Amino acid sequence: MTHDEALLQFLLRMGDNTLILGHRVSEWCGHAPVLEEDIALANTALDLIGQTQLWLGLAADVQGDGKTADDMAFLRDAWDFRNVLLVEMPNGDFGQTLMRQFLFDAWHSIMLGRLITSSDPRVAEIAEKASKEVAYHLERSGDTVVGLADGTEESHARMQAALDYLYPYVGEMFLSDATDAEMVAAGIAPDPAGLRDEYDALVGRIVDTATLTLPDGRFTHKGGRDGRMHTEHLGHLLTQMQWLQRAYPGASW
Amino acid sequence: MNNEWPLWEVFIRGQHGMSHRHVGSLHAPDAEMAIKNARDVYTRRNEGVSIWVVEAANIAASSPSQKGPLYEPSESKVYRHPTFFDIPDDVGAM
Repeated sequence: MTHDEALLQFLLRMGDNTLILGHRVSEWCGHAPVLEEDIALANTALDLIGQTQLWLGLAADVQGDGKTADDMAFLRDAWDFRNVLLVEMPNGDFGQTLMRQFLFDAWHSIMLGRLITSSDPRVAEIAEKASKEVAYHLERSGDTVVGLADGTEESHARMQAALDYLYPYVGEMFLSDATDAEMVAAGIAPDPAGLRDEYDALVGRIVDTATLTLPDGRFTHKGGRDGRMHTEHLGHLLTQMQWLQRAYPGASW
Repeated sequence: MNNEWPLWEVFIRGQHGMSHRHVGSLHAPDAEMAIKNARDVYTRRNEGVSIWVVEAANIAASSPSQKGPLYEPSESKVYRHPTFFDIPDDVGAM
């Protein structure tokens, strides 16, 4: 694997995470339980889509064949995507959506904090901008997880069920492969495995405050970030997200 | 049982504004969430640099039916406006 091939994989992983989660969160638009949460979720989705434009725009530059961020988002198929499985999981109820958001935000904020000192100034610049948005996402999702879990009997049960359902997808964010080794060697990005302790401390703190119980096992589903095998959910998501460009190729505003 | 979150009034100080202005209201379970919701509902177009929220129930308001006795007496007292003084140009805007 050449350096540029590894860099491209890394950028796709960052950009596909934000793209797929951004789309998932946008599915709530007009459906959230209260107006305030509806707007807050839409803001989060827009932040993530904005970050996607930067990551996938840079990925397209590195790929160097004249493609754009839009091409990357709308004209690739499921097996080309490099997002972790966690972000393509269905929204479920509001609690499950916020639990997924929190589990991702915690990783995202730690990752971006490291990328701010990336040896590649283009990566550092994106991380700098995104980290402010993500700090707010984390504060909001963390508070909401605590509020719901430490709420009524029903909301607590739903949040525990969401945690039990989603936790087996957390481990994938901390897997390392040849792409990561190349990024570490070049000083561009940290080794994901090295972020786990900080993540466990952060998530553990919120889970305790929320009166939830972290599942014991460390088994993790995987296959998203290396594109080996996504869940069945990604294809369904893409049929929604990409249908306009598929039905009307080249259509623009 | 009332399942509605309480209503909060939101005040925002703009980029160059000196004081907070009332911009609207929203629902939230507590003050912290009210500030977060205000951030998301009322500052998404860069409107402000500071947010105040106050639970609407804590605002005492004058009664609309008292409009006459409260406000009309001041209508005929133009001498209360300091517009009868000549202000030197050097003073600038007052």
